[in-house]
Amino acid sequence: MSHTLATGTNTDEVARETIFWILAIASISAALAMILVRRAVHCAMMLAVVMLALATMYAMQGAPFLAFVQIIVYTGAVLMLFLFVIMLIGISSEDSVTETIKGQRMAAGLVAIGFFVILILGIGHAALGPATPATAANGTNNLSGLATLIFTTYVFPFEVTGALLITAALGAMVLAHRERTTPRPTQRELAARRLESGHMAPDPSPGVYALHDAADRPALLPDGSTSDLSVSTTLAPRSVTDAPAIVRPQIEQEAISAESEREPTPSGRADA
Amino acid sequence: MSPVHYVALSVILFVIGTVGVLVRRNAIVIFMCVELMLNACNLAFVAFASMHGNLDGQVIAFFVMVVAAAEVVVGLAILMAIYRARRSASVDDANLLKY
Repeated sequence: MSHTLATGTNTDEVARETIFWILAIASISAALAMILVRRAVHCAMMLAVVMLALATMYAMQGAPFLAFVQIIVYTGAVLMLFLFVIMLIGISSEDSVTETIKGQRMAAGLVAIGFFVILILGIGHAALGPATPATAANGTNNLSGLATLIFTTYVFPFEVTGALLITAALGAMVLAHRERTTPRPTQRELAARRLESGHMAPDPSPGVYALHDAADRPALLPDGSTSDLSVSTTLAPRSVTDAPAIVRPQIEQEAISAESEREPTPSGRADA
Repeated sequence: MSPVHYVALSVILFVIGTVGVLVRRNAIVIFMCVELMLNACNLAFVAFASMHGNLDGQVIAFFVMVVAAAEVVVGLAILMAIYRARRSASVDDANLLKY
């Protein structure tokens, strides 16, 4: 792909120029949007646009391997890691608009303009020639040329990079580790705690204001009345229990008396 | 397309990343801006490689990518640790070492 493009005809050159300008405008506007939008998720999306545009540019410049590494490692792994952390920290986390240091944005803009001018002047003074096809350096293809370089000339940096990656993985594990401050309760301790609490059965479901855990007792609504819906309708015909309509006055009375003596007898919940 | 265009584009992206690092308060966004700067550097490296007709620039860009990946892993782990301790990802809130 890259070789045919590098030694291309005039139409190829026009196509590459068109693609370059489209990608340049897209990446610059995405980068500008990245520093202007408030939400971190939108920033990540804009960064993905920039990275994909750069990957295409690598492919256009005779670096197909780097183009794919850019897509797989950067857009695939690094950006997903960012999104993962955004998910953990809170997807709606927005930047504060207030300027904590007075005039910081103005100063940052001035510094950026100065920096930009210096860099552009440096490029203008440098002798940048036209692109030369890397046919000799590539060998059979780009990938084998890169592999030859990495495993001969750059073998020591390559090894150091491996050490760096292992260190980074270890560091991330150490940083993400959370120390337990209290000993983990054993099953025996949990059982003893439940015995001490006075009621062995599980608590009623959330939102159910029941005085008893038995299935034939209707739940109390927030206003103190009972909810007939909370008792299975098959219980009354089988005369297993009083019908909810008959139970109601009794339950209401229990509720009133429980108001006054709720605290001292938590074990009363387990009868019925 | 001459490499000058690519290098100029990489300069623009790098400066935008610098502004982002200086202006934004959210630590994740600052990290993303650092990534943008590293990407801009990679673009310059690849452009120089295509200018000289050899692959050394591409190898360096490859190494930059590896270092960037390691940096992101450690940086985001630090960010998570700070967030767990202080419930905030804003760089203004992590000011215990100030003064």
